Formats: sequence, structure tokens, C-alpha cells
Amino acid sequence: MNSTVPLLLCGPAAFLATAIMAAAASRLAAATRLVYGATLVISAVLLATAAGHLAGNPGEASATLPLGLPWTGARFRLDGLSAFFLVVVNLGGTITSLYGLGYGRHESQPHRVLPFYPAFLAGMNLVVLANDAFSFLLSWEFMSLASWALVMAHHRDEANRRAGYIYLVMASFGTMALLLAFGLLAGPAGTYAFDAMRTAHPGPFAAGAVLVLMLLGAGSKAGLVPLHAWLPLAHPAAPSHVSALMSGIMTKVALYGFVRVVFDLLGEPAWWSGVAVLLIGGVTAVLGILHALMEKDLKRLLAYSTIENIGVIFASLGLALAFKANGMPSAAALAFTAALFHVLNHSFFKSLLFFGAGAVLTATGERDMEKLGGLIHRLPVTSFVFLIGCVSISALPPFNGFASEWLVFQAILRSPELPQWGLKVMVPAVGGMLALSAALAAACFVKAFGITFLGRARSVAVERAHEVDRWSLAAMAVLAAFCLLAGILPGFVIDSLSTVTLPLVGERMPVQMAQPWLSIVPIAESRSSYNGLLVFVFITISASLAAFFIHRFASHALRRGIAWGCGFTDAVPAAQYTAVSFAQPIRRVFGGFAFRSRETVKMPAPGALEPARLKVEMHDVAWEVFYQPITGAIGFATERLNQLQFLTIRRYLTLVFLYLIILLLVLALWP
Amino acid sequence: MIAQLAVQGAQMLSVLLLAPLLIGFVRKVKARLVRRQGPSLIQPYRDLVRLMRKEVVLADNASWLFRVTPYLIFAATWVAAALVPTFATGLEFSWTADLIVIVALLGSARFFQALAGMDVGTSFGGLGASREVMIASLAEPAMLLIVFSLALLAGATQLSTVAAFMGSPQVGLRVSLGMSLIAMVMVAIAENARIPVDNPATHLELTMVHEAMILEYSGRHLAMIELATFLKLLLYMSLISCVFLPWGLDSGGTGPKSLAIGAAAYLCKLTVLAILLAVFETAVAKMRVFRVPDFLGAALMLALLGTLLLFVSRSL
Repeated sequence: MNSTVPLLLCGPAAFLATAIMAAAASRLAAATRLVYGATLVISAVLLATAAGHLAGNPGEASATLPLGLPWTGARFRLDGLSAFFLVVVNLGGTITSLYGLGYGRHESQPHRVLPFYPAFLAGMNLVVLANDAFSFLLSWEFMSLASWALVMAHHRDEANRRAGYIYLVMASFGTMALLLAFGLLAGPAGTYAFDAMRTAHPGPFAAGAVLVLMLLGAGSKAGLVPLHAWLPLAHPAAPSHVSALMSGIMTKVALYGFVRVVFDLLGEPAWWSGVAVLLIGGVTAVLGILHALMEKDLKRLLAYSTIENIGVIFASLGLALAFKANGMPSAAALAFTAALFHVLNHSFFKSLLFFGAGAVLTATGERDMEKLGGLIHRLPVTSFVFLIGCVSISALPPFNGFASEWLVFQAILRSPELPQWGLKVMVPAVGGMLALSAALAAACFVKAFGITFLGRARSVAVERAHEVDRWSLAAMAVLAAFCLLAGILPGFVIDSLSTVTLPLVGERMPVQMAQPWLSIVPIAESRSSYNGLLVFVFITISASLAAFFIHRFASHALRRGIAWGCGFTDAVPAAQYTAVSFAQPIRRVFGGFAFRSRETVKMPAPGALEPARLKVEMHDVAWEVFYQPITGAIGFATERLNQLQFLTIRRYLTLVFLYLIILLLVLALWP
Repeated sequence: MIAQLAVQGAQMLSVLLLAPLLIGFVRKVKARLVRRQGPSLIQPYRDLVRLMRKEVVLADNASWLFRVTPYLIFAATWVAAALVPTFATGLEFSWTADLIVIVALLGSARFFQALAGMDVGTSFGGLGASREVMIASLAEPAMLLIVFSLALLAGATQLSTVAAFMGSPQVGLRVSLGMSLIAMVMVAIAENARIPVDNPATHLELTMVHEAMILEYSGRHLAMIELATFLKLLLYMSLISCVFLPWGLDSGGTGPKSLAIGAAAYLCKLTVLAILLAVFETAVAKMRVFRVPDFLGAALMLALLGTLLLFVSRSL
């Protein structure tokens, strides 16, 4: 199977060729169709190859290309983990290209999107395949820069420019952390190949430092709190199909980097590493979804909800680390499988929801939910598939989000066997946080769907909206079908993940397809089980029974009338509940500690005719606690250093002289 | 196999048929407590039949979702109710879903109910939906933490296993179980929109939550939703009785005699719980909406404490 890796490397090469072609021909009318058609085909081929590798399990394959640094060459390798993430990346790439075939036609400046889109896909594929630190970091930076260019596609908008700037700063920061992490892993010998790192086990201090640096580097790309600040700005700024790729897929590539280093290269983890990852994951999940609930911009809401899901995945990875450190491979396999399953699921429903948001944007030109409403009448298909996405992401059975969260909860239930007290107490508390974030996610997506698609139209643009093109609808329908299929046949996905879990945590989950009736069981000897297929069948049967019974025996009469408005029958649509008012009860409950929110009501004096005013004050705590002091300190330091520009020549000479003296002193005193 | 299926079918039918009777009984006891005669026990059945016969008045801009939702709510609640052991554990399909799935199925029902509330675009629907999700966002994690502590004790989240464990002598008297029981009762009150969280009898606009969401429903649609509400109360009472009062449960395949004992025990438990509910509801006043988070926060904390205490008591 040694030809697999070169074959897979042809994919990124083809993407890059497409990018160059797109740069040359992006002003042609047919360019959009050509570029997305080409990426669709390339991604599909890569997907088929990777899926074949994952299913066939032929072990690992590697290749070295005479590129990059002359004394190392560029190494690439395909194993179970890479194959799984290749599937995630290219499944996303295939469906996004399908969507792009329709959506891309509405792009006002295609030459700013088309060349970077294939380059972005190439970067993500290369990160997953890289087998030495140099190619990894190069591909990682390439991926970041290509996505930055896509964020800046509509750069005339002030907000987008700011988003792009913050994204660039955070991406550089993340890569710097990764660079240091790989430096520590390479050790004094400077072996940058992953194969060498895997065998050289760093000491406990270095391992701890690598973990922290990976949390900073990969975590900033994935959107861990408090490094998430760029994500809700940058993801929505890009065109919607690119938002889907960034939120649904690129965050997963960041997760791949984390898993590759922490589970594979770093060797045996320490138990406290599980605590750190678990806690950060739990906090990220709750804060992410609370921010999402407060949002009224549909795409930003989705971006914040990505942060929540990343938190769930990290919490699950933390559990896997804790179990692995304590020599409980079956529980570690369960937690790790749950995390990977959620990776796949999140890539499905988040892409679907961003596509839906893009369809709404195409049809109405609006992202602000408070100007939408009633779209279920105007966009029947879009609203149906968007609803499926909302149900899936809210972790409701029988869809896929529930299946993976169920596995996470089952993994949490293995925690009493852990020996450390810190973990014993921490795991149920994080379980409570995950339960809270799941419940809040349901609230958030009731809001997202209810305000956008239900109720009455809040603007003229909605009343004129038309259903979007067939390509977009097809892409969304495929994803909706995947959401349902992965929900009712989770055993199939779990079994194919065994190739990934076996080498990394040393165990796999029990074979699921052999279970009666396609149930899933988390641990062979446990008596818990869940059967999504039967739950789906039961709900269908009982709903049909009820419908049949009603149809047969109850009255058929139906009359349309005006809605009950307490006597005010001609209430304007603006009097409906809005995104902000819907979230108001939750803001009152959680806002105090999460956002330091305050509500002030200003009543006019009795008899005065001016209106009463309600003012809501909310703070982004992460921004104020972490970012503002840092930017403030940098600003302060540069102000001071700035004075050095305006010295006289004598002072400069004095400075140089002093510097020389200090250097000589240091050299003299150095042992 | 056939007998097992028959027991499962009997269970599904019996919860469906018993649910309105339970509501009628609670209403009767509440009326008697304030020295009213009260409606007859079978009044809920009559109400359902009457609603079925009436025409549906649909708001002008109601969408397909509004018309589908009653069936979805009913189906999800019915499936969930059918999976809780009432008079027999070891049901044929009990391995289909564990306690987490049952909680999540009720979550699905609520999800669609809240959406339907927002469909017509009146303020009441939005008000009900937004308050309902606020209550749910606290009640669901509390419920899941209760599930955790039960599962930590019993070793599985499967209800049959939990019930069998709770019926066995090894369970003993535990503080954390007491905390879980109190927390579960509080969650059950909130989930079923009973006093003091919500008043099922009110149509006063500013205080209602559940009723506000279903204000636009009428006729057969309303009948489905009402029946689902009845089923939900029965479900929670069955849940409490099968987990905390597991006496007399038939353990599966032990013959008609033990089934009869199970059924009789189940009816007794329901009667006792219904009387307790009625007395409680008569004794307390409804609280303000923004006191509900405190109430549910207490349930959440109790459940978490119960789980943590379990670790302490286990390792000593």
C-alpha cells in the first residue's frame, strides 16, 4: 500500500493547481463552476481513498519527498488518525464544493474567493498528512493564511478588516506556541521527524510544557476559551461556505494537531493533564453556548456554538487522557471514540447550519435575526433541513448529536474507578457543565430557528425571499441525511473508529455491529445501551398511529383565523419576541457571572411624554481580562520605545557604547 | 418473546389509558381539599373526546410545523413513558433506551413545543417559549446529575438495572439518595409545570409558561398536546416510584400472579404520589418567574452534592 501516500499527495497538488488556475482565470464567467467542480472531484477522490484506508485498515504508509529543508525532506504519513481526519476534511470539502457550485454564483467578487478556496483545502489536507514538524508547521501556516485571505474577501467592510487583523495576530500567536512545542519535542538533538519524536520521551517538565503549548497553539485555532476571541469575528466574516469549512472543518484540523501531539508523540500522559484539558473543555462549552445565546447575528451565533462543541470534544479528550494515564484503556477508548464521533457529527451539522445561514443570506441579504422571521413560508426546503441541523446540534434523539453526547456521558460514568481525588470530584462537575451546555444549546437553537424561520416577517426583504438554487439545497439535504444516518446507525461509525483508537489508547470499543438490533453499548460488560434506530422507529410508529387515529376518528374541520392577541389584533411584526428578548430570562439567570450584565430601566417622570428606556450592559469578560491588559501593555511599551527614535547622535553613541560594555561584562562573567 | 411483547404492549396501552385518570384524580383531590365537589374522575377523558370532535382554528400564518408538532410531542412523550418500567421491569425493549435517552426524548418534545409556540408570531408564544427554555436549561442538567448519581450506584443508566438495584438489599440508606429524591421531585414539579413553578389551571397572561406556548392550539391538536402533558405527569410519577419505591415490581417472566401484584403496587404508588402532589399544590403558592431559577438551582446543587457525597461515602 505504499502508493497510497503519493496518491493522496496528488490531491493537495491538484488543489494548488486549481488555485493557480483560478487566480489566472477568476474573472471568467465559468470560473466559479470550474473551480468548485474541480475541488468537488478532487475532494471526492481523496475522501474515497481515505475512507478505503480507514475501512480496510492496511496499517500505515509513509513517503518522503525531496522538498523543504534539504537535510530532512518533507515526510508524509497515513495512519488511522490521519485517515479519519482526512475523511472529515474531504467529506466537508466535497459537500462544501457542491454547495459552492450554487452559492458561489452570488459572490460579488469571485476573484477574491476562488484562488484561495482550493489553497485552503490543500493546506488542511497537508496538515493532516504531515509527518515532520517542518511540513506540519508550513502546512498549518498555509492553511491559516489561505483562510485569512478568505476572511478578508469582503475587505471593504470595516468589521471584516478588524476580524482579519485579529485572526492574523491570533494565528501567528498559535503558530509560535506550536513552534515552541515542537522545539521541546525535538529535544537537543533537533530531530524534527515525528517518528523520532515518538520514540524520544520528554521528561515530565518538558511534557507538561508541551501540553500547555499545544493547548495554546491548537486551542487558539480550535477556539478554546479564553483564546476564542478571534473565532466569532473571523468565521462569520468569510463567505458562508467558507464559514462552514472554517467552523466545521478547520477547527477539527486544529484538534487533529492536538491529538497527534498529545496522544501520539508525547507518550504516556500524566494524570493532571487530563484535569487541565477537562476543565478547560467544560468551561469552554458553557461560556461558548452562553455567548451564542446572547447573539442576534445568525452566523456569529453559529460560530459561538462551534466554541461550545469544541469544548465538549476537549472535555471528552481530557477524560480519555485521564483514563489513559490511569491504565484504563477500555474507558479511554470510550471517551476517545466519543470525542472523534463528535468531531464527525459537528462537522456535519455545523456545515449544514452555516449553509442554511448562507441560504438565508442569499435569499434576504440579512444575517441579523431581528430583521428575519417567517422564512418557513418562503424557504420551505431550507427551513426543513435547517431544522434537522438544529435538532441534531441540540443533542436530541434520534439524531447524531445525541449519539455522541450519550457516549460522552457514558464515559463520564466510568469516573469512580479513577484513583485520584482531583479527577473524581472534577469529572462529575464537568459532567454537570456539559449537561448544562447541552440544555442551553437546545435553548439556543430554539431561538435560532424560531426567530429566523418562524413567526411573522420582520422586514420587506423576507417577504420577497425565494428558495435558493438546487446545488445548495442538494448539499444541505445530503448533510441532513448524514445527521440522521449517523444518529440511527452510530454503531457503524464507532466500529470504523476502532482503527484510530487502537494504536492511540491501546484499546477499542466493543464491536457494535454484532450487537442485537444495532444497539450501541459503551463497555462490553456494562448494561447500558442505546438504540437510535429503534427510538426513531418507535417515534415514527407512534406518531403515525396517533395521526391515523386522529384521521380516522376525530373531526377534520379546520378554519383559519387571526391569532389571539389579547384584543390587539393588528399588532405589528416588530412586537413579536426578538432574539434579544427571547434570551432575556437566560441572561438574567447566567448573565451576572458570565457577562457581568446589568439592566437599567429609566422611567420618565410622571406626565412626561418621552419613552421609558431599558439599557442592557454586557461585557465580554475574556476580552477585558486577557486581551485588553496585553494590548494595553504592548501599547504602553511601544509608546515608551517610540521615544528612542528621536534622540541626538551623541545619545545614540552612548547607547551603543553602554550596550558594548554590558555585552563584554556578560561575556566576562559567564561561567 | 410473545409474552414479553404482550407485556410491553400492555404497558404502552396502560400508560396511555391511565394518564387522564391520574390527572382527573389529582384535580378531584385538589378540589376536595378546598371543600369543592370537583369535576368527575373521568372528566379529562370527556375533555379529550370533546376536543377531538371540535374543529381546529388555525392562525393565518401557522406553518406546517405548527400542525405536525402535536403528533411529534405526543409520540416522543409516549415512547418515553412506555420505556419507564411501571409494574414490570425487564421489558422487551427496555435496552433500547436508558434514563439519559428518556430525559432527552422529553427534551425533544419540549424543543418542538417551544418552536410551535413561536410559529404564529404572537407575544404569548414567544414569552412561553423563552421562559420554558430558561426553566429547561436548569431542569435538564439537574435531572442528568440525578441520573449520574443513580448510575454511579447501580452501575448502569438502564432503568431496569437501576430499579433492580434499588429493590435489592445492598442499596442501604444513603444521604445522597435522599438528596437525589428531593432534587428529582423538584425537577418533576418544574417539568410538569405544576405549582409553584407554573400553574396548570391559569390563563392569566403574565404568569403562564406552558399554557402560553399552546395558546394558539385548538381541537384535535390541543387534544394531542393535553394527552402528552398527562402522559408526562404519569411518566415522572412512574419514574419516581420505580427508582425510589421499587417494591412489588415484577422482574420479568415470573407469571401472571407477580404481574398482578406489580400492577396493584403500581396503582397504590400512583395514588399516594397523586395525593401528595395535590396536598403540596394546595399548600404552597406560585412563585414569581424569576424565583424559579433559585428553586431549580437548589435542585441542581442538591443533585451535584448527592453525586459528590457518593464518592465520599463510597471510598470510606
